[in-house]
Amino acid sequence: MTTTLPPAPTTLAAPPASEAEAPLLSVEGLTVDFYTRRGLVHAVRGVSFSLGKGAALGLVGESGCGKSVTSQAIMGLIHLPGEITGGDISWKGRSLLGPAAAAYRRQVCGGEIAIVFQDPMTSLDPLFSIGRQIGEVLVRHKGMEPAKARVRALELLDLVRINAPERRFRQLPHALSGGMRQRALIAMALASEPELLIADEPTTALDVTVQAQILDLLIDLRQRLGLAVLMITHDLGVVARLCQQVAVMYAGTVVERDRADAVLLRPAHPYARGLLRSTPALETRLDRLLTIDGQPPDLRRPPQGCAFLPRCARGTDSCRTRPPLGPKPGGTGGRVACWHPVTEPETVPAAASPAGGSAAVRPDPLVAVEGLTVHFPAGRDGLFGPRRVVQAVDGVSFTVRAGETLGLVGESGSGKTTTGRAILRRAPITRGDVRYRGQSITTLTGEPLRRLRRDMQLIFQDPYASLNPRMTVFDIVAEPLIVHGLAPDRRALRDQVVDLLALVGLPADAVTRHPHAFSGGQRQRIGIARALTLEPAFIVADEPVSALDVSIRAQVVNLMQDLQARLGLTYLFIAHDLAVVRHIADRVAIMYAGQIVELGDRDRVYADPRHPYTETLLAAVPPVDPRAEIRPTRPGEVPSPLAPPPGCRFASRCPLVTEQCRAAPPSLSPRADGHLLACWHR
Amino acid sequence: MSRFVVHRLWQGVIVVFCVVVVVFVLTRLIGDPVRVMLPLEATADQRALFEAQLGLDRPIWEQFLVFVGDAVALDFGDSLWQRRPAMEIIAERLPATLILTFSAIGLAVVVAVPLGILAALKPEGLFDRVVVLVSLIGLSVPQFWLGLLFIVLFAVQLGWLPTSGRGGVEHVILPALTLAIPAMTRIIMVVRSTMMDELNRQYVKTLRAKGLLEWQVVGVHALRNAAVPVLTLCGWELIRALSGYTVVVETVFAWPGLGLTAIQAIERQDLILLQAIVFVTAIIVVAVNLILDIVYKAIDPRIELKAA
Amino acid sequence: MSQDVDLPAASTVEPVKVEPAADGLRAEAPLAERRAESIWSELLADIPGLLGAVFLAALVIVALFAPWIAPHDPAAQNIILRLRPPVWMDGGSWAHILGTDHLGRDVLSRILHGSRISLLVGLGTVALAGGFGVLIGLIAGYAGGRTDAFIVAVVDIQIAFPGLLLALMILAVVGPSTMTVIVVLALNGWMVYTRITRSIVLGLRHTAYVEAAEMVGCRPGRVLWRHLLPNLASPLLTLATLEFARIVLAEAALSFLGLGVQPPATSWGLDVAQGKDYMFRAWWLVTFPGIAIALTVLAINLVASWSRVTSDPLEREKRFARRIIGSPGLRARMLAKGPS
Repeated sequence: MTTTLPPAPTTLAAPPASEAEAPLLSVEGLTVDFYTRRGLVHAVRGVSFSLGKGAALGLVGESGCGKSVTSQAIMGLIHLPGEITGGDISWKGRSLLGPAAAAYRRQVCGGEIAIVFQDPMTSLDPLFSIGRQIGEVLVRHKGMEPAKARVRALELLDLVRINAPERRFRQLPHALSGGMRQRALIAMALASEPELLIADEPTTALDVTVQAQILDLLIDLRQRLGLAVLMITHDLGVVARLCQQVAVMYAGTVVERDRADAVLLRPAHPYARGLLRSTPALETRLDRLLTIDGQPPDLRRPPQGCAFLPRCARGTDSCRTRPPLGPKPGGTGGRVACWHPVTEPETVPAAASPAGGSAAVRPDPLVAVEGLTVHFPAGRDGLFGPRRVVQAVDGVSFTVRAGETLGLVGESGSGKTTTGRAILRRAPITRGDVRYRGQSITTLTGEPLRRLRRDMQLIFQDPYASLNPRMTVFDIVAEPLIVHGLAPDRRALRDQVVDLLALVGLPADAVTRHPHAFSGGQRQRIGIARALTLEPAFIVADEPVSALDVSIRAQVVNLMQDLQARLGLTYLFIAHDLAVVRHIADRVAIMYAGQIVELGDRDRVYADPRHPYTETLLAAVPPVDPRAEIRPTRPGEVPSPLAPPPGCRFASRCPLVTEQCRAAPPSLSPRADGHLLACWHR
Repeated sequence: MSRFVVHRLWQGVIVVFCVVVVVFVLTRLIGDPVRVMLPLEATADQRALFEAQLGLDRPIWEQFLVFVGDAVALDFGDSLWQRRPAMEIIAERLPATLILTFSAIGLAVVVAVPLGILAALKPEGLFDRVVVLVSLIGLSVPQFWLGLLFIVLFAVQLGWLPTSGRGGVEHVILPALTLAIPAMTRIIMVVRSTMMDELNRQYVKTLRAKGLLEWQVVGVHALRNAAVPVLTLCGWELIRALSGYTVVVETVFAWPGLGLTAIQAIERQDLILLQAIVFVTAIIVVAVNLILDIVYKAIDPRIELKAA
Repeated sequence: MSQDVDLPAASTVEPVKVEPAADGLRAEAPLAERRAESIWSELLADIPGLLGAVFLAALVIVALFAPWIAPHDPAAQNIILRLRPPVWMDGGSWAHILGTDHLGRDVLSRILHGSRISLLVGLGTVALAGGFGVLIGLIAGYAGGRTDAFIVAVVDIQIAFPGLLLALMILAVVGPSTMTVIVVLALNGWMVYTRITRSIVLGLRHTAYVEAAEMVGCRPGRVLWRHLLPNLASPLLTLATLEFARIVLAEAALSFLGLGVQPPATSWGLDVAQGKDYMFRAWWLVTFPGIAIALTVLAINLVASWSRVTSDPLEREKRFARRIIGSPGLRARMLAKGPS
């Protein structure tokens, strides 16, 4: 399928026209360096872009590409060991840099430009009420009296759609959920009535349904207040949803800058194209994700020429000189920094082969879970109060067939991770039964439980925390064999470890190194090798790629699929990323607040979601394709696991809710085609 | 709140009871009070009489019950040294210790907190380096030696202040200063590192991005956040001083407080007076701890979560 | 300020710190070698820490070889030569460089020998309290549940004890001696080790790599030994150093009060106590042992503060950044190197 670019709608093409007058913000050749013990890190290497009144620019890139540093440079938040060593940043035609601009900077930064940071949990002062923290911006920038500031702060809380603003006004941050806090931070940023809002990964720490709500809010605010937005993100879907202009960053430079639809549909830079290709789409499924090989360069020694050259298939000798950000072919008015830009239309391999799935699925269940319930004690309510219980998982049943991948999807607090841990007997099982190959393993302890580790293994989420920094790769990968007494002599053991590393695509000389010598994707490969050492049949993969960058994520997902095909593995793939799960899973179970609400074949669930929560979840993922229809989002957040509602747990957010839903919980029961659903109305 | 107090009070009672048990075990089971308290040349008759006086001839559990009963009634019997009730002596001497302790810790806090904050504003700046170096030296000088140094310098050489004993305000200055200096250095270091940590937090970045003025960021937000760890340390220094660490200073300056009394009791083998001092000190420590816990909770409402 | 270390990757989902991965694997020296080398360079860069370490090394040598180094027997009395001043004063002589005390004993020799007691009590107490405290802390942190609750309660209660007074009471009942001093100080100090060990173990227990070790089937002993203990080493070493300094002061104070080391053994605290009565006639009797204590404790504290910074990578990075802030020359040099 080839894509052709629609004619640009005039409403979106505003920025080039208005560039005649001075842009609101203009960044020219910005360079930022960091002095670290290991050397000078060139974090930003000559970044230029400008932003007109009311425009929305997305600054896109992976970890360490310099997008956040750029935003902080604009806000005047670069302090030693970081330093702006070149270029200029100007606001309404006046420079913001240097000692001469100090007074101007104080007026602009935090006043006319405001910023919202990534992590709402740590960005608020924990000891001051929400109202006070908003109020002090009003006092500082608007010169308001405290009483007036209070009224205005309440208006702002209402503007960002925080319910019960009077109560929230008085609360401390810890009483608010993550989504609420991010709203409060946005309210705080809007307090000074800025003309430009910088949003630095504002939704990355949030669940996808909450992310959708925040994105809606930002779009709405932009329209109502005529706000310009600089959106810093790694998520192309977020850009497609919110921005008209996109700048793609790689290794501290802008490699492509254009209209959003032009970049997303017809990227000219090989990196931009690779990034798009390796982003799994929710709507379609490929047998294999396309990847960008290799790693980003070391910014202590950035290459003289094109930074992408080592990973680029189109590279030639001319790429050894750095390409300027020149006009982009195709007449979109965009710019690209590449000697050999992609001109041929993007070809996407034909959509999912309907057969799909792993060939070797056998119908017999390898793992069967019945009525699994995990409750954690949560301390008492006061000294003599009743003991409280966190109902993490409540009556979950499913089977995993030998050779298949079951995707377990849910947002934070859904109990998906606890379910995985309970199956592995790492979380205490309150009620219910787990069977492996027909044998109950619910009550195993001691040596039999230890033996079970040879059959069931775990792949961890965080490739940094899951490897002991003091051990060599050899020790890490060989440890399972040693502790189970399966280690042959040292030589044979070494060979075995080298074989395992080769299996996950790591060179043999990795064995003597420590984890810190590897990048995130490589560390995740080491973690996979460790899980495979004991030749298990069943692997729980707990968000194995969510900590990785898009281009690396695709490599690891492909690796996991290859291993499954070669070794006949069975996966329980736990994730919050619906697109990745669609790609790897054969069947999908959707969890909400400790229960499974829907379970069925992958294509069925994605193409025809039946449970209102599944619909909400799917609708919340912003599509990368800017032409895709925007689906409405739904308000509300997950109920507290300390006191879940007596009826259906989704009742508080469900459009179909009736009295029946509030009174009694629906059970997970099969529909005509074997699809399992827990809903009274579907 | 009241639950929190009850909980803490209960903990305090346990501590005091444990002190009683330890003192009992020490004096009756490990040590031989008769041997310790009577002169070596005492006759067998004298020993028997003395044992009967102290109730040492009765079974051990009975002795323990009597001992606990006496402790509850705050009646430890007569001091062997002064031949009058031990509690009477303590009542005389306690105020001196309290005056010394509170003035020393007060002085330490008043000096150390601003110094620590100023040092944290420019880490490894000139001021910070000087403060850190002086603190390290202050932390390293033995207290008794510092006291002697002060006596030589301020009392003997300069003649500004009295060398020892108790009297007017001028008598408190040197002992309080000597007691304050180690506490001061510890508080400076903690205030400095806590403030530095707070100024590195993400929320401070938000405050700066909001365009707040530097004094608001440091003086309002960071300071309030640093308050609980700093106050905890100040409280701990107070407790530490109250729990017997005045002994050295009181001895050097002949300051007639509980610490000096304890040393005198040891020199005179007066176990009765000594155990009374230990018991009273334990009660004071527990009481101050309780008050401080309530203060912390008033400052940081989140503490309740930890207590639960 | 807040972006000291995390900034180059602040935008990330992936917690990459300052070092973006190089192409493939980085060339690196074997870890042990590199670590040793960098510890030396760190120590050389921290002048106060280096001075402290050199002083301590010298002190250990003095303590080990005191009988051969000291010019006199520290207990040898000579009433004729009593209260002689140091060599640079009128009446001083090279025979007694730092003078003599009220019994005619050589002050220098007593100080050299006194180092043995300070180090002995310091090491003994740290070993005893540290060994016991760490063991209990490991048990509490790893076993969890009731065992943990019980140990925490015991620690809390003992921390609320009037520790020094009880110590004095024990000394009064049992009778002072070097051994008693060590035991009493250890009884008073083990809780700090327990607390720190427990809190680190609790923190580590839930880290992914410890879970991974348990997941592949490591038995508790191996988890403790291979995965937990190595991570405890550097914070415990720093704590032990600080405690060592505290113990040296405490021993001196006890000996000063007459409840510590007993004559004829020598101790700096004891010397100050004995010299106190002659303070106005022979200032050197109080001054030199006092300086010996102060310098020793200062040296230990300097080493401790250096080791605290060095064992914490974040702290090291900050320190480097501050050095950059303080030195325009260093900054210019780094910039000049440019991209290679």
